[in-house]
Order: sequence, then C-alpha cells, then structure tokens
Amino acid sequence: MTLDLPKYKTTDEVDFVVIGSGAAGGIVAKELSENGFRVVVLEQGPYLTEKDFGHDEIKVLNQDFLTNHPDLQPNTFRKTPDEKAKPQRAIAYGRLVGGTSTHFTANFWRFHEIDFKERSKVGAISGSTLTDWPISYTDLEPYYTKVEWEIGVSGLAGASPFDPPRSKPYPMPPLPVKSGGVIFERAARKLGWNPFPAPMAILSQPRPGRSACINCGFCLAFACEVGAKSSSLAAAIPMAEKTGRCEIRPNSYVHRIELDANGRATGAVYFDAQRNVQRQKAKAVVVCANGAETPRLLLLSANKQFPDGLANSSGIVGKNLMFNSGALSVGVFEHPLNDYKGFAVSRILHDFYELDPDKVGFHGGGGLDARFDMTPINFALGGLPPGTPRWGKGFKDVLSNNFTRTVEILCHGTSLPVENNSFSLDPDLKDAWGLPALRMTYKDHPDDVKLSNWLNARAAELLQAAGAQKQWSYPAGEQEFSVHLLGTCRMGNDPKTSVINSDHQTHDIKNLFLCDGSSLVTSGRGQPTMTIEALAFRASDRIRALAKRGDLSA
Amino acid sequence: MESNLSRRGFLSQTLTGISAAWVSAHWPAMLSAATHARQAVKSASPAKFDFFSPEQAAEIEAFASRIIPTTDTPGAHEAGVVFFIDRALITFAKDNQELYSEGLLELQARSHELFPAVNKFSAAAPEQQDQILESFDPQSSGAGRRPFRRSAGAQSFFETVRVHTISGFLIDPDSDKRGNRDGAGWKAIGRENEHMFQPPFGYYDKDYPGWKPNPANADKPKS
Repeated sequence: MTLDLPKYKTTDEVDFVVIGSGAAGGIVAKELSENGFRVVVLEQGPYLTEKDFGHDEIKVLNQDFLTNHPDLQPNTFRKTPDEKAKPQRAIAYGRLVGGTSTHFTANFWRFHEIDFKERSKVGAISGSTLTDWPISYTDLEPYYTKVEWEIGVSGLAGASPFDPPRSKPYPMPPLPVKSGGVIFERAARKLGWNPFPAPMAILSQPRPGRSACINCGFCLAFACEVGAKSSSLAAAIPMAEKTGRCEIRPNSYVHRIELDANGRATGAVYFDAQRNVQRQKAKAVVVCANGAETPRLLLLSANKQFPDGLANSSGIVGKNLMFNSGALSVGVFEHPLNDYKGFAVSRILHDFYELDPDKVGFHGGGGLDARFDMTPINFALGGLPPGTPRWGKGFKDVLSNNFTRTVEILCHGTSLPVENNSFSLDPDLKDAWGLPALRMTYKDHPDDVKLSNWLNARAAELLQAAGAQKQWSYPAGEQEFSVHLLGTCRMGNDPKTSVINSDHQTHDIKNLFLCDGSSLVTSGRGQPTMTIEALAFRASDRIRALAKRGDLSA
Repeated sequence: MESNLSRRGFLSQTLTGISAAWVSAHWPAMLSAATHARQAVKSASPAKFDFFSPEQAAEIEAFASRIIPTTDTPGAHEAGVVFFIDRALITFAKDNQELYSEGLLELQARSHELFPAVNKFSAAAPEQQDQILESFDPQSSGAGRRPFRRSAGAQSFFETVRVHTISGFLIDPDSDKRGNRDGAGWKAIGRENEHMFQPPFGYYDKDYPGWKPNPANADKPKS
C-alpha cells in the first residue's frame, strides 16, 4: 500500500503539510486525514518496509542504515556557549518513514501528575528554568489512553502503586517476563520496592496486519520486521494512508517554511531525492521533525520579517534542551538468562519517581529497568566486565560465559531544563546539502548527575540482593550524546517564555504548529515517547477544532 | 537445509497461537530471504579472495585465530572470519585497505624482530604469536562503558583487526557480510541460531508462577 503515485501536486494547496513522520508526525497525519483533511507528510528519510529490515549489526549500527548519517548531516558539540563547538556526533535519530519510533526500545511509561506541575511543588531551582506545563495530567489522560488502544501498548493496569489514574486498562496483557525480569522482581521485592511488568509499545497480541512480538532479539536500534513494535510505520501511517487523503512523501528534506506578506505560513520548501528544490503549498504547517530538527528548521527559515528565525520572538527556540539523565549497572548470574531473546525490558520500578530533595540533596527522580539491549557484536565490544582481556582465550571464555548470563539495570531520570543547553546553527559547518549543521550546547545540571549516581547505587543494591556473581557500575558523568531531544520549543501560556501555546500553535504564526519532543516543558523521568504521542493526539484535536472554526484560513 | 527444516517444524508445532495468522502470510518471504543469504554464504566459501593475496589471507587468518582461538568451541577460523574481513575491505571498510597492507608488513617485521628464526607471523608458534600481538596490544583491559554507536575514528592496525575479527565472528550469519559461517560464533557464545523464540527463555523464568501484586502494596501510600 506504499509508494503509490503522488496524490497531490506541489502546487495543490493541501490542508496540512506535516514535516516529519515519526512518533508525533505519524499520529498527526492519521488524525488529520481521518478527519477529512488533505495531508502531505514530508519525510527526509526513505520509505522502508518490513522486508528491508534485518539483523545486520554493521549495517544498522555502524552504517546508519536507519539513522541520521554523520557524514551527510554532521553536527558539532560544545559544553558551554563560550566554547567553540567541535565536530562530534551528539545525536542519533531515525531517518526514515516512522522516524525514531521504528528503532526505539518502546518503553511506554506515562508521565505522572508531578511532571506537569513540578515547579509549583518544589519551587525555583538554581541554574534551571524549570516551569509548569500549561496543561495537566488530567488534560492528557484521555490521549494516553488513545495511544495505548490505537497504537498498541501492552501492560498491566494497577500493577504499580505509583501509577497515575487511568480511565481504561491496557488493551493487551504485558509481554512475557524474561529471566532478567524475574531476577529484578525478586530482588526488588526483597528490598521492599514495587517492581511491575513494563508497559511496552510492542504487541503481545496480534492486530490486523501486525504480528505479536516473535522475540527475535534484535529490538533496540533495529526496526521490527513483523510490525510488532508500535512504530508510526507499523501503526499510525497505514491508518493515515488508508483514508486516501494522506500522502507520505519520502526523501523530502525540508529546509524552509515559507511565509506570505502577512506573515502566514504558505508551505514547505524541500530537497527531493535528486536534490532539486520543491515547494509544497498548504493552508497550515505542522512541524514534527524532532527536538533537534524542529528548532533547526525554524532557525533556517529566518527571513526579513523574522530575522531570528520563525516563531522565535521569545528568543528561546532551540533552548532548554533536555536529554534525560541515565546510569547503568550490570550483573552476571550463575545460570543462563538468555535475555538476548525477546524485546529489551520486561520489569521496571517507579519507587524513586519522586524523591524528597531535602533528604537526598538534589532535585529529580527516576525509574529502574531490567534489560538486555545489546546485540552480539556490541556486547563483545562493550558489554564485558572491566578487567576482561581484550582478546585471546581469556576474552573468549568471559564472552562465552557472560553473553547468556548478563542483565543490565538501567536508571532513567530527570533532566532539568537549563537555558544554555540548546540546538543552534553552526556558524561554519555545513551538511551535504550546504545547510548550516546543528550545533549542540549541553552541560548537565549538577543535580542530574547526582541523581544518576544515586539511582545507580540503588541498581547496585538490587544486583547484590539478586545474588549476582559479578557486578559493576558505570559512574554517571556529564552527557555529550543523546537520543532523547526534548524541550527546545517549549509549550506555555506566555509568549515571552515559550514558543507554542497549549494548542501547539506558535505564538507568532497562527497557522504554524509544532508537535514533538521539542514541545515538552519537563523531561519526565526518562521515557518521553509515550507523552510525545499523547500530545500528538491532543494537538490534532486542538488543530482540528481551530480549523473547523475557520481560524486557520487567511 | 537442516536449519530450514527445524524452522518449519518450529513453525508448525508452536506457532498455532498468537502470531500464526501473520506468520503464515509473511513467513515464506522471510524464510526464502534467509535461506538465500545462507546459501550464498556457503557457495561462496571456500572462495577466492577479493582483496587479500593468498599469503596475506594466511597472515590475517593466523592473527584472527589468536584474537578468538579455537577451543572446545569454534573460533575465528571456523567462523570464516578471514572471508568476512576480505569482503569488508572492498565494501564497508574499504577505507582500511592501506591500514591492512601496511599493518601486514609491520606484523611480518615485528615477528622477525622478536623471533629471528620466524619469517612470517603465521609460521610462528601460537605462544610466539601471542607475544607478537602483545607487542601491539599489551592486553590492557579497558572495558569502558558500552558505546551506543561506535565512532568511525581512526584506529590502529591491531585494534581494527580485533574489531573486525569480533564482528566477523558474531555478525548475523544471514547477512550478506560472509561472517559467522554456519553460526559458529553464536554457537560459541551460546546464542541459538533461530529467528524467533518463545518463553520460557532462560533458567530464571522457566518456573515463574505469573505476576502477582505485591502484598505490601496494600498499605503503601499513593504518591
């Protein structure tokens, strides 16, 4: 059903052009086209399908088969604005139809109530621009439920005593438990904690045209070849295409949003596969290009009327970048776990979601999960205990013993928003199309690092309680690389301190909307995609309401 | 063929459950792709080398066999790692051609320097070979934090051969990279060479009674 002839000409003024086809873009395309609008989705990457996916680690991990390629789209990195940024790969995102949702871990926690109103609860935090959301958990709850039912999330309602209220149970039971999950659950209970089956955007039961998970074991970083991972490619986009009103146009690299003399968006300018410049006309534009490329596109679109970039009267487009903090402990057990089989995560816990800053001495909170997300080559090169010989019989013996006996405890936590942390246009480096490259500026708030190490101590405690034969922890330091790209066009009521309003409409341009990781006001505790998708459902409702009222026409 | 038969058997015996409808629609295509890849691998080896001369191939074969020696389980030799590296050097690793050509000369020189009676690395005894390699890499064990994406930055000859050997040992045998012949590398590390699995997966989940709420939760305050 893919690669039909184009439905629309670039000169047709469609109702919406959606830029990006990932977690948010796929859902926006589905919702708008199902509601009768004519939609063109411009995706910079190719339109791959299940038959294109496989288990070749070199192709996927080293050659960026599914991801932004650092030779074509390099970026620079620096810690603080007074440094000169150096070329250094700082981000990875899915560059194909379905975006990063095609290759993610698929941890699908909802945010909790606290994540929306933390500033009110804890007060100002030095060095952070922490602020409340203009919407609450209650506003988003129906849309979380929509994601679970329409896109496909497996899990067990009520299993965690810390879960926020929900209007409906999960549509399907949790995925099977892995040995690492059993070890995690038993040890956590011994310590008085509350482990529970991980909510995952992976099918435990089949849906039309999609298989339940076959536990192939190539999950994180790989695209699912049976449609079990609930990516936009497997879930939302087929529904959008089925309407007959939505065209997915791959290999279309948008680099400018055009405005008319009245300052209204008229469409998007992009390079097609042959690097010819094309212009798609539209009545309104929705940018869902991710927390890095969305602010970059607004900055690239600067013009006479908006010399600092579109929707940037606040001056904060690209700022307040958040990653989510993280740390890792690893355990090796007596008997084979075979956690290489299946999806990555089967058990998590949220006992530390809201820590008391007065007790721990820092702000934030997080969760732990039991996972094995390393494929064989990656494991051999980076999964063995410190002190292991690098080659020879000693290396082979440890590798052969540990591959089936290892489980990792990954700690996920808060990133506090810091204004200097940002994406901007590099003044010197260009991408293969001649466009200014992304420049990342990032230095973790000190509390984020403290939090990560505190959580990592809990992970170590857990492995000890579990009776690991060998265990070690990687101390958390300041991060210089991320796949979570959040907060760079934050939502808010005040046009001076935010980029979009709670309808995802930019404060400055009435028919320009942004929805993706950039919209987030806080980082949650480590798993943003569920919230990005709930926001996409909600944004679509708001945009539809505005359009039906005639608010989007000139 | 053996592997195909076992997959078909697995399919008919255990997939009557949840995913049967999807698999029956898609499996033939998936199976035929995997089979084709596997037969291509088999028919291609032993084969001519595309990059190495036979002499160079013998040196790399000997080198790789010290990185992952054959023990009571298969090593780099059984996995056909030298064929993987040869293919790599005309495809995804073609930037490393010079590194290999020059490195092989250095390997020969060092072998002779350390053991004057030895004219080439492959002619040295295994213990001598280890000493030669230790002169390149003193086994400094620096297992750092796992890299999510390995950098493509320049590496030494030794490190490049080490990474290529491990990659050729453990790559998906159904890929087009000519490595992990017959799944030998996966056999050594205990990874079953199957495309799909069903629970129970391992020792600790096989007698799991099913998830039950934590009795302690009744008195836990909700956050």
